[in-house]
Amino acid sequence: MTSKIYSDPDVTMVEPGKLGAAAHPDPRTATANDDPRALGQAPEDFASQWKLIWISFRKHKLAMTGLIIVVLFYLIGAFAEFLAPFDPNASSAPDIYHPPQMIHFIDRAPDGGWSINPHVNFLTAERDPFTLATTFTEDPDRKIYLDFFGKGDPYRLWGLIPMERRLLTTENPDEMFFLFGADRLGRDMLSRTIYGTRISMSIGLIGVSLSLVLGLILGGISGYFGGRTDMFIQRVVELVISLPTIPIWLGLSAALPQDWSPLTRYFAITVILSLVAWTELARVVRGKFLTLRTEDFVTAARLDGCSRGRVIFRHMMPSMVSHIIASVTLAIPVMIIAETSLSFLGLGLTPPIISWGVLLKEAQNIRSIAQAPWLFVPGAAVCLAVLALNFLGDGLRDAADPYVQDND
Amino acid sequence: MDSTAPSTMPRGAPIPNTRDHDNKGRDTTVLEIRNLSTEFVTKRGAFRAVDDVSLELHAGKTLCVVGESGSGKSVMSRSILQIVDPPGRVAAGQVLLHRHRTARDAGIEDTVDLLQLSPTSKAIRNLRGRDIAMIFQEPMSSLSPVHRIGDQVGEAIRLHERVSKKEMRERTLELLRKVEIPNPGKAIDQFPFEFSGGMRQRAMIAMALACNPTVLIADEPTTALDVTIQAEILDLIRSIQDESDMAVLFITHDMGVVAEIADEIAVMRYGKVVETGDVYDIFEAPQHPYTQRLLNSVKELDQPSERRLAMRQARPVGAPCLVSDGVTKVFGAGKNWRGREARGLLAVDRADLELRKGENLGIVGESGSGKTTLGRCLQRVYDVTAGHVLYTAEDGRELDLAPMTENQLAGPWRDIRTVFQDPFSSLNPRMTIGQIIAEPLVVAGKLTAPEIRDRVFELLELVGLPDTAYMRYPHAFSGGQRQRVSIARAIAPNPRIIIADEATSALDVSLRTQILDLLLDLQERLDLSFILISHDIAVIRYFCDRIAVMYRGRIVEAGDTEEVCRNPAHDYTRSLLSAVPVADPRMRGQKQRVRYTETT
Repeated sequence: MTSKIYSDPDVTMVEPGKLGAAAHPDPRTATANDDPRALGQAPEDFASQWKLIWISFRKHKLAMTGLIIVVLFYLIGAFAEFLAPFDPNASSAPDIYHPPQMIHFIDRAPDGGWSINPHVNFLTAERDPFTLATTFTEDPDRKIYLDFFGKGDPYRLWGLIPMERRLLTTENPDEMFFLFGADRLGRDMLSRTIYGTRISMSIGLIGVSLSLVLGLILGGISGYFGGRTDMFIQRVVELVISLPTIPIWLGLSAALPQDWSPLTRYFAITVILSLVAWTELARVVRGKFLTLRTEDFVTAARLDGCSRGRVIFRHMMPSMVSHIIASVTLAIPVMIIAETSLSFLGLGLTPPIISWGVLLKEAQNIRSIAQAPWLFVPGAAVCLAVLALNFLGDGLRDAADPYVQDND
Repeated sequence: MDSTAPSTMPRGAPIPNTRDHDNKGRDTTVLEIRNLSTEFVTKRGAFRAVDDVSLELHAGKTLCVVGESGSGKSVMSRSILQIVDPPGRVAAGQVLLHRHRTARDAGIEDTVDLLQLSPTSKAIRNLRGRDIAMIFQEPMSSLSPVHRIGDQVGEAIRLHERVSKKEMRERTLELLRKVEIPNPGKAIDQFPFEFSGGMRQRAMIAMALACNPTVLIADEPTTALDVTIQAEILDLIRSIQDESDMAVLFITHDMGVVAEIADEIAVMRYGKVVETGDVYDIFEAPQHPYTQRLLNSVKELDQPSERRLAMRQARPVGAPCLVSDGVTKVFGAGKNWRGREARGLLAVDRADLELRKGENLGIVGESGSGKTTLGRCLQRVYDVTAGHVLYTAEDGRELDLAPMTENQLAGPWRDIRTVFQDPFSSLNPRMTIGQIIAEPLVVAGKLTAPEIRDRVFELLELVGLPDTAYMRYPHAFSGGQRQRVSIARAIAPNPRIIIADEATSALDVSLRTQILDLLLDLQERLDLSFILISHDIAVIRYFCDRIAVMYRGRIVEAGDTEEVCRNPAHDYTRSLLSAVPVADPRMRGQKQRVRYTETT
C-alpha cells in the first residue's frame, strides 16, 4: 500500500507520472490556494473507478492482447458446435493419423485460369505391404472444396437449438478435411480441440468461482473479525497450502466412483480443484480487509452510523472488487493447468468428455511424437490460453487501484 | 558520454566565468544554478515542474528555498544531482560547481557543469556525496534497516576515499560524535531500528558529512520530526556549517524554520522563483505579492483569531458538554492466546478534560503523546480501558459513553463528529462527493431522497464548494477541497461537537487559516463546540480558547490558551514552546531553548 504520510507536500509534484495524470491533472490548478470553487475540468476528473481502471488498463499493451485472446477463447468455447467442422467423436477409419492439410484459397484450373474458391488438396493413403506403415501423398488432381456457413451434420447449439450450418464445411457432405490432422481413430483434431476449449476454459471459470466463494467467505470472516477467528482460519489455510497438491488431486480423483456419468465427474473434478485453490484467494481477501479496516474512510462510515453489513458491502467491497477480479484472473490459468495435468495422467476427466488434457493423453506415447506431432496442438492451446490469462491478470492487477501512486 | 573519465576533469565544453563578482575580495559562489528547467513528460504533454530557475549558493551560507506543495522546490533540488524520478528529466540549464572556490581544492580553476554529466556516469557518482551531499525528509526510510549505523556512515567514506577499515571506524566515530549522537562507541554498532527519528536524522547528517562536502542539500530534513527535535537538528546543521564553511541549500515549507536558519531566501511558486534576497529584507519588506501573502498567513496564525474573540464576546461559553473523567487506554493488554498476561502499551493515562459548550479546546502534543488516541476514546471509536466519557445530550441527559455498545452509540455519534487528518484516505475514492456527504443522512433514514439531495447542496454551499462537486469523485479535488468535503460530512447530521484531528496538518500554510476560518464560521452559524488536536502550537493559538498539553499519555497542563502560551507552568510545555520556530529572523538566537528531561 501507499505510504500514509502526506507531509511531503511535493509528493504530488515529484511523481506525477506514477500518480497518473488523472489524480492531479495539473498541479498548478490542483494545489491552488486560490478559489476553493475551482475544480478541474479534465475528463478524468469526472471518471468513476471503473473508467479510471479502464484508462490505466488500456495503456498495458500486453494485457490488452491477453484480453483479446482470452475473449476469443471463451467465444470459441461458447460456440464450439458452430465452429467445429465435424462431430468431434465421429471417427473415420481411412483417415487414421491423417496429417494436417493446408487451406488454399486460389483455385487454379488445369487450363491456367484461376478463381477464388477455398479448398484443400486430397491426400491418398498408401499402405506399405511389408511394414504396414501408412503414408499420405498429395493428389493434386483431387480437391475438396470448402464452404463457409454451409450445411453440415445437424447438431444442437448448447444442446438446445437445432442447427445445421457450421462455420466451415465441405461442399460434398461425404468428404472430410483435417486442418489440424486426425488422431488414432481418424477423428478431426480441429473439432476436438475446439470442443476441448469449452471444457478446459469453463472448468477454470467454474472452479475459480467455487474457490472464490470459499475464499471470500473465509477470508472475509478472517479479515473482518480478526483475533482468534483469524488465527484459526489462517492456520487452516496454511495446512491446506502445506499439503502437496498433486498427490491430493490424485488421491481425491482416484476415489471418485468409476460409474459416475461424465457430467458428474466433471463437476466433481472442479470441486476437487477448487478445494485446493481457495487458499490463495482467501489470503488476498483477508489482506485487503485488514488494510481497508484501518482506512479513515471506513472509520468515517462507522461513525456515520452504518451497520456492519453496510460498512462491508457499501464501503469496503467496492475497493476490493477490482483486486478480487485481478486475483481471479490469475487463478484461472492455475486451474486450467491443474485440470490438464490431471486429465493427462488419466485421473481427471475421461473420454467421452473432451478437454485439452484428455486430448494430450492421446499424445502420451513415443509413436505420436514420431508419427503424428499434430496431436500436440491442444498443448499449444493450453500454453496460449494460460499465457493470455496471465498477461490479462497482470494488467488488471496493475490497474486495479487507480488511486494509489505506486502499485506494490 | 565517456563515463570512465576521472571526476576531476572538467566535463563538457569549457565554461567561461561570466559573473565574477567580488565578495570580500573573493568570490564565494560554489554552486550556481543557471536557467534550470525540469520537465515531467506525461501523456498530456510535458509539464514544467521547474521553470527557468537561477540560484547561487555561497560558501558558509544557507539558502532556503520556500514554497508550498507543488512549487517544484524538491524537484529542483533533485535536479542538481540528476536524481529526479522518471518520467522527470532535466530539460535545460546549467548547474555549475566551482570546486576551486572551496577550501579543499583552492587555487586551480575547476568548474564542472553537473548537467553535462550522464546521470549514471562514474564522474557524477564521484561528485555525489563527496562534493554535494543530500539529506532527505523521511529518516525512517532513508537508512537501510539491515546494516549497522557505523557501516552505513563508513560506506560513504570508503566510496570516495581509500581508507583502511580501522581508519574508517575511527572517522565514523568522530562523525557520530560531531552530530552529537550520545555514546557513539555503542551507537556505531547499532541498527537503525534502535534509533529514534531524530537520532536517525543525525545519522543521516553524519553520512552526508562523511566526506566534508562543499554543498549540503537538505530536502525538508525536519518536516517529519517533532518540534523539539527539529530545533536540535537545526542547531546542529548551523554549528556544523560554522565549522566547515559549507554551503547549505535548505528546502522547506515552514517560514519559522526559514527565519531560524536562512541567510538568503528563494521563494518558489509554480516552478518559478518569484523572489530572492536576504532573509532580513524579505521578512521585513517582501516585494512579490505571493511572498507577502505567504508571510501574512504565517503571521496571522501565531495569534488568537480576532473573529473568535469577537464571537466569544457575543456568545459566552456554556456548561461542560463532553467530559473525560480519568480516561485510560491500554493497547494490546489482556491475555494472549496462550493465556499469558500481556502488559500492553499505556497510550492515555487518566486524562481529565472537559469541553464546554461553544468553546474550542485544543489538545497539543508531540507524536506518540496519545493525543489522537484520546480524541478517539472521547468519541468511543476505541474502547476505553478505564474511566468515563460523560456526554450531555441536547435534552440535558448525561450519558456515559464508555460502556456503550456500537448500537447504543449511533445517537451520540450523530452529535459528536470527526474531521480526519488525512484528506486522501478519509474520503472513499469509489463514492461521489454527494454520496459521501449524504451517507450519515441516508443511514439515519429520517429524510427522503430529494430532501437529502437538497441538504447536501446546502452543505456544499456552507463549506464553500460549488454544486458541480456533487457528482464528482474525490480524486478530482485538491487537499484543501477534500478537507471541506470532510467538514461537510461532519456537519451533515447537525452535530454539536466536532473533533478535528490534525485537520489542517496536511495542508499548506495559506490553506490552514482558510480551513480554520471556515470552522469558526460554522461555529457561529451552527453553534458547535470543537476539539482540535494538533502538534502545531500556532494553529491551536489561532483557533482554541483553551489548551491541554499532552506528554506521554498524560495531560501535563491545561488552561486558557494565551495564559499557557505566555506563562507555561509545566517544564515540558516550556520546552515545547521554546522549540517552536518563530517566523522572524530578528528573534534568532534570542530565545532560550529549554530541554525537557523527565524526572521520575
